[in-house]
Amino acid sequence: MLTIDNLCAEVAGKPILKGLSLSIGAGEIHAIMGPNGAGKSTLAYVLGGRPGYEVTGGSAQFMGKDLLDLETHERAALGLFLGFQYPVEIPGVSNVQFLREALNAQRGARGEAPLSGGEFLKLAKEKAALLKMDMEMLKRQVNVGFSGGEKKRAEMVQMGILDPAFAVLDETDSGLDIDALRIVGDGINTIMRKPEKAVLLITHYQRLLDYVKPDFVHVLAAGRIVKTGGPELALQLEEEGYEAVAA
Amino acid sequence: MTEANTLPTTRDEDWRYADSAFLGAADAEALNSWQVIGVPAGETSQITSCYPDTQDGAGKVERFRVHVGKGGRFEAFFVIAGGSYTRVEVEVTLDDGAHFEFGGVTIGGGNKTQEFVTRCIHAQPNGTSNQTVRAVQWGKSSGNFLGRIEVARDAQKTDAAQNFRALLLEKGASANTKPELEIFADDVKCAHGAAIGALDESAGFYMAARGLPPEIARKLLLQAFIGDAFAALEDDALRESLMEAALGQLDKAAL
Repeated sequence: MLTIDNLCAEVAGKPILKGLSLSIGAGEIHAIMGPNGAGKSTLAYVLGGRPGYEVTGGSAQFMGKDLLDLETHERAALGLFLGFQYPVEIPGVSNVQFLREALNAQRGARGEAPLSGGEFLKLAKEKAALLKMDMEMLKRQVNVGFSGGEKKRAEMVQMGILDPAFAVLDETDSGLDIDALRIVGDGINTIMRKPEKAVLLITHYQRLLDYVKPDFVHVLAAGRIVKTGGPELALQLEEEGYEAVAA
Repeated sequence: MTEANTLPTTRDEDWRYADSAFLGAADAEALNSWQVIGVPAGETSQITSCYPDTQDGAGKVERFRVHVGKGGRFEAFFVIAGGSYTRVEVEVTLDDGAHFEFGGVTIGGGNKTQEFVTRCIHAQPNGTSNQTVRAVQWGKSSGNFLGRIEVARDAQKTDAAQNFRALLLEKGASANTKPELEIFADDVKCAHGAAIGALDESAGFYMAARGLPPEIARKLLLQAFIGDAFAALEDDALRESLMEAALGQLDKAAL
């Protein structure tokens, strides 16, 4: 589904990713762990196509296309979802309006008919319930006045509504209390744990992986994958620290 | 204020951002004519208008002089979308407990100069006023707001607010604002705020990451931005027609 080969990228002239290779197939959940400054968020932004994150070498194929050649909104329409570490507030635009426009833009790009207001609300209600989020929250402005935990849950509601083939979730677990962590974990499993879908979880901690069991765990250090293993690698990291394991 | 039958120039403080070519060729009598509106005590009066594209080189100056009686309410909502030079002036005098509500949007590109000039005179106690102006400019256009609030010596308990925000979509566009508060009473509230900036890039990326093409994302952001100016307009149909008139300008822009 996603094949990254020898990817190099820099931010403001500073090299961050230095030859990162990673292959993710349908039905798989991968976790990337690593210390601060290893390049985890940079990887997420490069995959999303954020301006200012410049690819200087390597390639990324997604769904048989050159991912790096596409605009950000085209990547979304192709099935890529980026869960933000810090979801952005958009004053004056309601979640319902934002998501309906976004979903219909994606459907349009794929040659599908747009959803009517009624159809969309039904879908939104169903996905909000999955994340135990009140529909009233979805009528409010995008992320404005949401707590850190509410923002992360709202991200997962967005993921449920947009129904992507592949999700990159950048520290979706940060800022969540124990109950919210379980709800978000269940949400990821329900929405994305399917044979035709895949997930790349970016996280500092093992605790989210108690709820969303990864098939592969990778350690990212200094811009490269330095170690790959199964779920047991996450436990080992938690016990021994990045320095010991990545060395 | 300029005397009748003499033309203002950009050396006049109140006309400093005006289009000097327009002023040089203007008809003094037309320029100095005011539409007079009287709002009787206890009543509400409202004007809304959109100043659309006029023919090339044409300009327009519209001036309103309003008196609001005791406990009355005057509301004015405008969009300035077109004309090489468009200026809308509102001068309001408020009696005891009267309210003035003003919402204005300038939106345009090219070499357009678009401006609102208000003078709100709190002549008696307990008056309130609220002014919200939003400017969206591109090309080499400018959007301006000159807002003067005068509070007379015995106009105690006056509560006046004024807010201006501008979004410049391209380098070369500009916005000018000049709040002027002249307060002679000592028990009053007068708030004013102004900000000029560009579209939020992080919001743009967030929206693109959800699948919104840049032109739709920008329209949603601008809709929210200019919506502030018409938040106090209760008539949904009127509000929507003003919003459409404003946002319609974006479709003509080659951004």
